[in-house]
Amino acid sequence: MNALRKNLPLFVTGAILVVLFGTAARLYDGFYSARVIVSLLSDNAFLGVAAVGMTLVIFSGGIDLSVGAVIGFTSIFTATLIVTKGVHPLLAWSLALLLGSALGAGMGALIHWFGIPPFLTTLAGMFFARGLAFWINTESIGVTHPLVEKLTNFDLALGDAVHLPAAALALLAVVLAGYVLAHHTRFGRTLLAVGGSEQSALLMGLPVGRTKIAVYALNGFLAALAGIVASLYTSSGNASAGLGLELDAIAVVVIGGTLLTGGRGHMVGTLLGVLIFGTIQAAILFDGRLSSWWMRIVVGALLLLFILLQRGLVRGMTKRA
Amino acid sequence: MSRSFTRSPVFWPAVGLIALVVLNTAVNPAFLKITLLDGHLFGTPIDILTQGSRTMLLALGMTLVIATGGVDLSVGSVVAIAGAVCALMLQGGHSLALTIVAALAVGGAAGAVNGTLVARIGIQPIVATLILMVAGRGVAQLLAGGQVLIVKHAGFGYLANGFFLTLPVAPLLVGGLFVVTQLVVRRTAIGLFLEAVGDNETASRFAGLAAARVKILAYVFCGACAGLAGVLWAANVGAADANRSGENAELDAIFAVVVGGTALTGGRFVLAGSLLGAVLIQTLTISMYNLGISPAVAPVPKALLIVGVSLLQSDRLRRWLAGLWTRGGKGTA
Repeated sequence: MNALRKNLPLFVTGAILVVLFGTAARLYDGFYSARVIVSLLSDNAFLGVAAVGMTLVIFSGGIDLSVGAVIGFTSIFTATLIVTKGVHPLLAWSLALLLGSALGAGMGALIHWFGIPPFLTTLAGMFFARGLAFWINTESIGVTHPLVEKLTNFDLALGDAVHLPAAALALLAVVLAGYVLAHHTRFGRTLLAVGGSEQSALLMGLPVGRTKIAVYALNGFLAALAGIVASLYTSSGNASAGLGLELDAIAVVVIGGTLLTGGRGHMVGTLLGVLIFGTIQAAILFDGRLSSWWMRIVVGALLLLFILLQRGLVRGMTKRA
Repeated sequence: MSRSFTRSPVFWPAVGLIALVVLNTAVNPAFLKITLLDGHLFGTPIDILTQGSRTMLLALGMTLVIATGGVDLSVGSVVAIAGAVCALMLQGGHSLALTIVAALAVGGAAGAVNGTLVARIGIQPIVATLILMVAGRGVAQLLAGGQVLIVKHAGFGYLANGFFLTLPVAPLLVGGLFVVTQLVVRRTAIGLFLEAVGDNETASRFAGLAAARVKILAYVFCGACAGLAGVLWAANVGAADANRSGENAELDAIFAVVVGGTALTGGRFVLAGSLLGAVLIQTLTISMYNLGISPAVAPVPKALLIVGVSLLQSDRLRRWLAGLWTRGGKGTA
């Protein structure tokens, strides 16, 4: 009973995904196919990768508004290095991952050492990264390199019908790593403890500062990785890539049942959230009559539903305590 | 210079603004020049006030919300909705006055939704207003049918780009609203109520204050300001663009408030500071053009400014610096 109650948001998320997908499959011919299910993963791979990092940050009770901008920066930065400077993609990607992590660590340090609210610090990070991205190049650059082509054309065949492209594999790998990190390591438990009550975590002797800085650095790393996935997906670098993506990532995390105040949530919920997001998007595409703005309205309504649900749950728990 | 003057919350934004103006004037001596042309005032400072008036308006409403310890992320989306409403009303042949009232009402209603979610249901302000931020732009696009609605109405354009007695209308409007708000919050107990709720909601409720109602009032006011900003936005370009109008406006407004010396933790607010903060942002943007830097890079100095101001306001940094000072003093003694 208690386990059910604890994981209720996760079950609700799962149920909503099944209902949404089932409805779409009934309404539209060909929606229930391996191709659509795989595309749910590969089309939203960069959102998913960013959402995994966002989940970890939200576990700790923080928030990161800079992920969209970091994606844009990584996209144009790596494309410029590869195309105009002739740098090998692996080196360019490593540099981008390093820069993303460094920006994240810097923001984490400002948040922890100087007590600047995460909202404000990462807002500055967002302006900073987006400004740098546009400074590098305001135009988009097409990326052509043997390794890049190899990666974009790669797919893992599971039987005859299912082919998992590299982007989908990257998403699944990141979600798996995030799941292990969040729910089966000391770091993950410390994160949830800090998010639940920073004061208590400190009194328990947990390394609060190190954990907070590490989680922002990790999120910066994942945002840069999402940027690489995004630039592979479009085979181009674009400074305005990931514009407003931080909102989608936060929405996906909340729809996945993670409490925005921190301290409670589940990584699997985030994957389900990404799939819900993808299903709505695919259904709107399949329909053809519905306009793209319905996406925002439905996501907003789902956000409201989940926040009210969580509020009710938290109230119920404090009343019983 | 007296110590109380440097401690004033508007001191640092004022210093920042003066430094920017000095830098600009050094590069371009005509920066501060204002000329009278056809009975209108022209010049860069006038441009800053006219173009900055929307951020000032949003910052005005945002200040009161932040004073209650909240934040309103939805103002940019409300701007888009109000703009679409304006365009539809004017295209439908309604009068300008009715259009403005409708925009204000839509903004106020959005604020009431936010306020109810925050004050009655007890959702964190960032989360509660995020809902409308995400959904609001979709609603605006739905209203506009995904089109950029063109508005041709002389009186409407006058609101944003007209001149009244040689002075630009939009800053006059916002300035007037600012003075009224300042009088209302400081000459009545409302300002005190807002600060009490932001400082300690439980204590203020025990003291007999209708804390939830005060909070809702702040969000409604902020929403109405966003509605009016939506009117000015649509009037400025003569069109309602559901995608672009009010884009990142919430960030600029929050930024103006924080730069102006109002802490995000609530419990204290400086309206004049927010106004100064909004002017500072607009001056920063115009400086980029003036100094020949690509406006695309404009976010970078903004980011550095936010971090700088936050660090100046950080108690921990102050304590740390004070610690260095006393330790240094002991060393020499």
